[in-house]
Amino acid sequence: MPVEIKLPQLGESIHEGTIARWLKQPGDRVDKYEPLVEITTDKVNVEMPSPFAGVLKELLAAEGDTRPVGSPIALIETEAAVVSAGQPTRAPALGPAGSDESPVVEPVARAAGPAAPAEKGAGGARLSPLVLRLAGEHNIPLTVLETLPGTGAGGRVTKDDLLKYVAGRAAEGPAPSQAPAVPSGAPPAGDAFIKLTPIRRSIAQRMAQSKRDIPHAYGVIEVDMNAVVAWRESQKVGWQRGGTSLTYTAFFVRAAAAALRAHPIVNASWTDEGIVTRGAVNIGIGIAVDEGLIVPVIHHADQLDLAGIAKALDDLSRRARAGRLGLDDIQGGTFTITNPGVFGSIWSMPIVVPGQAAILATDAIVKRAVVRDDAIAIRPIMHLGLAFDHRVFDGATSMRFLNTMKTWFEGFRDGR
Amino acid sequence: MAELRLLDAIRQAMYEEMQRDARVVVLGEDVGLKGGVFGATDGFYAEFGEARVLDTPVAESLIIGAAIGMAADGLVPIAEIQFSDFIFPAFNQIVSEAARMRYRSNGAFGCPLTIRAPYGGGVEVHGGLYHSQSIEAYFTHVPGLKVVAPYTPYDAKGLLKAAIRDPDPVLFLEHKRLYRAIRGEVPDDDYVLPIGPAAVRRTGTTLSVFAYGQMLHETLQAAAEVAAEGIDAEVVDLRTLRPLDTQTILASVRKTSKAMIVYEDNRFMGFGAEVAATIAEEAFEALDGPILRVAGLDVPAVPYSDPLAATFIPTAGKIADAMRRLAAY
Repeated sequence: MPVEIKLPQLGESIHEGTIARWLKQPGDRVDKYEPLVEITTDKVNVEMPSPFAGVLKELLAAEGDTRPVGSPIALIETEAAVVSAGQPTRAPALGPAGSDESPVVEPVARAAGPAAPAEKGAGGARLSPLVLRLAGEHNIPLTVLETLPGTGAGGRVTKDDLLKYVAGRAAEGPAPSQAPAVPSGAPPAGDAFIKLTPIRRSIAQRMAQSKRDIPHAYGVIEVDMNAVVAWRESQKVGWQRGGTSLTYTAFFVRAAAAALRAHPIVNASWTDEGIVTRGAVNIGIGIAVDEGLIVPVIHHADQLDLAGIAKALDDLSRRARAGRLGLDDIQGGTFTITNPGVFGSIWSMPIVVPGQAAILATDAIVKRAVVRDDAIAIRPIMHLGLAFDHRVFDGATSMRFLNTMKTWFEGFRDGR
Repeated sequence: MAELRLLDAIRQAMYEEMQRDARVVVLGEDVGLKGGVFGATDGFYAEFGEARVLDTPVAESLIIGAAIGMAADGLVPIAEIQFSDFIFPAFNQIVSEAARMRYRSNGAFGCPLTIRAPYGGGVEVHGGLYHSQSIEAYFTHVPGLKVVAPYTPYDAKGLLKAAIRDPDPVLFLEHKRLYRAIRGEVPDDDYVLPIGPAAVRRTGTTLSVFAYGQMLHETLQAAAEVAAEGIDAEVVDLRTLRPLDTQTILASVRKTSKAMIVYEDNRFMGFGAEVAATIAEEAFEALDGPILRVAGLDVPAVPYSDPLAATFIPTAGKIADAMRRLAAY
């Protein structure tokens, strides 16, 4: 019997995916973990590796089809199935039927099967009828189920393991809400109805969740960007020749990473039990794309120098615009920078990304008349704004954080 | 209320029923002058006389055959099979005649026969091949026959009275090891317990264990042993094997998600198989583990030697071991 390949859970709050391209066709042999299909989701394109080895039997979704997470997209005739034709492959085998002459407690071992470790995933997972039913009720796809830490014999996911996962997930926040019903009837003359794209729905859900849960507070500071602008002007052609564009964003990330190291409470997460300060400094960068906004993450940004950050930014933004970001590229952010300045904004009040404590807005660098040494000078000035979760820290902290950044920018010397 | 042994409760039930209803008679090997080999009818011969307390030849087909005739002619017989091992010569009378009377007569008349049969083995019993058997698997298969296997003295009295008053045949299984080992409060007055309902003897959340008779005793000990390790076993006393209280069984499994059946009889095709199949059919989606059977070895009979008998019989230790493995699954 062939096994169903289901659209996997590809990330938090992602609930559907579009088949971009089948990398295998019916009849093709597929190795375990061999790329099987390209899937476009709300934010990323991913290559899904085959969870089984076998022969691709049938495609249940065509290229361009959008399917909810967990729905079957293909059938694979697995090798196990080929060997024992007709046997269901997903049914957790409870061990072979025993002989009649077995001693009295032997049946237990037999019933429980060999306690083989690491017999998880790839159809080998021992999932009891109850666990499968509860997974269905709680909308947990098999792919997630198979990755849960199991405490049962041989690493089996037990009822308790599953309920613990459900409880943990519930604590993390409300599940993505169902799509609202399309308003019935024709819209009034002149109005138009725009169907939600997956990315629009995701942004809506997360922004609404943030504004609903997080008490936002704001602080804005004025930064003299003279040193940075001058140095960048002197360097950018050289960098360009070297293959990397030196954007202001690279400076923002570098300065923010340093400030986050100095103020760990800003690099944090609120939970009802307490505040978690994050060990890693993973900075998400908002990038506008045709459909909306995506936020690729520079992991361990505090461990990169300016050139390293510039390279990472280059790579991420190129892949973001090509729709070729991987799942890892958009996950794990601990802090976010949004740069509305490129569109001319001089004063922004962004929304904190759920699960983080603050978001930095970098506004346009505009030449202004300012007072320096009791004289009027013309300087490139930028507003640096921080929106933060007031549950995690207070205004004084936000100002200290912004001032650390200001000092970094204004004291910038030659490539530091 | 007096504290009685299981044997005393059984004797009291019969004694009261014989006093209450002149149609009730007892018959069997040595039930009269001797008062029964276990003493269940001790004093009955003197009290009720030889017309109502009948010593029979050593011929079980006769005991049951005669009892069916008595029942047909308006008496209410209680037939004692001295050891359940000896019941097989009467198999035909029980299965083909007594159990079918109601069906055969299109409901017109039944066979108000009670068959008491001491069963079971174990180290103290020294019953060997001919005095240790469990027979429930053969007889629970038969529609028209009720099969009861009590554990507490209170249940034994109430259920035996129900069996005697039942208009149809009831096989009443008494585990020999419980006769003098178990004591319990038994009301002096007349009470009847319905045949059918099971009883939860210990509530728990980790797993459900279904047992009856002596195995319930072992199971309760095992549950106490593993409780210290955080395994909270629910123990259900089936009490009546047919009709089976599937409602109580399924409710317990739906609560704990894991099920185990303990029976002393040979494992293969034993009573536990029916319980396991019922659970698998009716509560499949509640199961978080395999349904286990802990049962006697599949060898022809309980051995005479003590170490071998202990190997054959499910003991508290073996049951506790199985509980641990099921809990960990």
